Amino acid sequence: MKRFSTALMLFAALAVQGASAQTLKAVKDRGMLNCGANGTLAGFGLPDAQGKWTGFDVDFCRAIAAAVLNDANKVKFVPLSAKDRFTALQSGEVDVLVRNTTWTSSRDTSLGLNFTGVNYYDGQGFMVRKALKVNSALELNGAAVCVQQGTTTELNLADYFGAHKMQLKTVTFATANEAVKAYDAGRCDAYTTDASGLYGERLRLANPNDHVILPEIISKEPLGPAVRHGDDQWFDVVKWTLFAMLDAEELNISSKTIDEALKSSNPEIKRFVGTEGNYGEQLGLTKDWAVRIIRQVGNYGESFERNVGQGSPLKIERGLNKLWNKGGIQYAPPIR
Amino acid sequence: MSGELSANSRPARVAYYNDPKVRSIAYQALLCAIVAFLIYGAATNAIENLARARIASGFGFWNATAGFDISQTLIEYSPRASTYGRAFWVGLLNTLLVSAIGIVLATILGFIVGISRLSRNWLLARIAGGYVEIIRNTPLLLQLLFWYNAVLKALPGLRDSLVVPGGLYLNNRGLYLPKPLLETGSGLVGLGFTVGILGAIALYLWARRRQERTGQQTPVFWLSVGLVIVAPLLIFAAAGFPIAFEYPQAGRFNITGGIEILPEFAALLFGLSIYTAAFIAEVVRAGILAVSHGQTEAAFSLGLRPGPTLRLIVVPQAMRVIIPPLTSQYLNLTKNSSLAVAIGYPDLVQVFTGTVLNQTGQAVEVVAITMLVYLVISLFTSLLMNIYNSRMALVER
Repeated sequence: MKRFSTALMLFAALAVQGASAQTLKAVKDRGMLNCGANGTLAGFGLPDAQGKWTGFDVDFCRAIAAAVLNDANKVKFVPLSAKDRFTALQSGEVDVLVRNTTWTSSRDTSLGLNFTGVNYYDGQGFMVRKALKVNSALELNGAAVCVQQGTTTELNLADYFGAHKMQLKTVTFATANEAVKAYDAGRCDAYTTDASGLYGERLRLANPNDHVILPEIISKEPLGPAVRHGDDQWFDVVKWTLFAMLDAEELNISSKTIDEALKSSNPEIKRFVGTEGNYGEQLGLTKDWAVRIIRQVGNYGESFERNVGQGSPLKIERGLNKLWNKGGIQYAPPIR
Repeated sequence: MSGELSANSRPARVAYYNDPKVRSIAYQALLCAIVAFLIYGAATNAIENLARARIASGFGFWNATAGFDISQTLIEYSPRASTYGRAFWVGLLNTLLVSAIGIVLATILGFIVGISRLSRNWLLARIAGGYVEIIRNTPLLLQLLFWYNAVLKALPGLRDSLVVPGGLYLNNRGLYLPKPLLETGSGLVGLGFTVGILGAIALYLWARRRQERTGQQTPVFWLSVGLVIVAPLLIFAAAGFPIAFEYPQAGRFNITGGIEILPEFAALLFGLSIYTAAFIAEVVRAGILAVSHGQTEAAFSLGLRPGPTLRLIVVPQAMRVIIPPLTSQYLNLTKNSSLAVAIGYPDLVQVFTGTVLNQTGQAVEVVAITMLVYLVISLFTSLLMNIYNSRMALVER
């Protein structure tokens, strides 16, 4: 029934007020960032026992709050399921959606959204029981696959099995939670989602070691933050928050070295920390916007390792998400 | 004088704006105009804002390729070839299937429990009472999750399937039954069956008239059994058993072939039937209690046994009280079937306002269509029940 209420809210919001183009001002006035997040995915967005949100996407919301409000804790996290997330952003319930969301052309155009960049290059994979002795996704002919509703995953799955002339039995659930539970109970042979998600979900199974993630990656899943279409200023703020985190890593500025960076004479670093130029003001923020992000949250690499990489239980390799000069494809335009 | 008199006898002329009739029409017209204006304003504003926010609108998505798979399809459906429109029909049929079977099961169970609760057998009445109170006072969503997990947990995995000789498999992927395939000659059996049913109806009507006329009873039940079941079976045997079965085959991952009943369907059907039956039981109990005890006593004093008393005297009168609230229970069951979304049964809400809405992003259109569909289903159910109600109503002579 939440479905109906959000849709009705969207209708009500659309019926009475014009589309707001003033998100940055609204966030500053409110003194709080409303961030649409995943509430159930370890490594990306999950509240802990004390109710404190942690994760890679959560860090990104905190980075925006640090840049705009100078306080990484002034974020209200709104947990959203895959199928409710776009309606929540369209209706203005959240200011930004950072919920491991794949950037596709139809979402960029017909949903009235803009993706601000890619904070995680991902691809879809499969998890199966070791006991099945399956070594490749191509051996899954006739398998029952549990999947979450309203995802690109759901579409890729049908594409992949169709393209390889394999029989498929999809069992679709509204949330990842229910899909994983059903897989764990033996309802399905395989569970499919983005590879990063598979590592996170595997930790929640009764016996994580009984399950194996298959080597095939069957799709491109560039995950990124999204904002409403038609608010260019806010779009810029969110876009450059990600670029600042990437540029910081490239310039070797981390939360530990930020104080030294402030004293640096390197012109690139001076522009980054705001001791030269007025790049922060141009964004509608303050000179030290990037310093706040790095001091309070950290650079891209720090956030990655802490939440999903070697410093976390997930231990995901950086792979494609390495910086462009380290063998990956993460590349941010310069601040100047 | 006479002219003055006739002038006085005419009703006093009042200004039209003081005429209560004109006034009330004017007020109602004004109210309608305001409501229409508000709806029009909200709709045009929403369309304008959707366009400004660059959110696609309109119903063009209906014929676009769906691209996602659905686990239970009563009509042909394939992810690559079928449209969102087709997915809508698949979801709607799944909703109607579970609602229709659910209504039948809930009615049967509800009547049994409702009558049991009034039984003079202490244990039976208490068990029925406990059932009603427990089921009625816990949320349906929790019950559905309970049934789903109970079904999944209790059943064995694919490799340890329960195999019943005769080609029946049961595991946590579902129940698999042999699928009958009709061969030449089976048409005769079908024909015999149809003729048998028509014959049984004719027999029933004839027997009733005979009893009204002469008071003599005919063994309608046994004759009907003969007509409907035994006669077609004889034809079936005479034609040399023209039927084959497609047996389920255990494969590496799944069982293929045969008829498949999904655990999601079973859990939803169980949950809805058992939940609604508790309410129907109360409706039935109230209806029976509404029939005055004098009716029962009168029947007993005429020498009727308790069974016929219930069937011929109490229930027909109770039905007049039962039908209206029973209708709303049927409507509730149909609407509650949308909770399927929680346990992965592909009903209309799960398929259409779930996946289709999300893949197209057209929340306003999709939700509007879905609400309209539930409205139509509910109004149609009400219509049928109202027709039934007017037939059962007291005919005064």
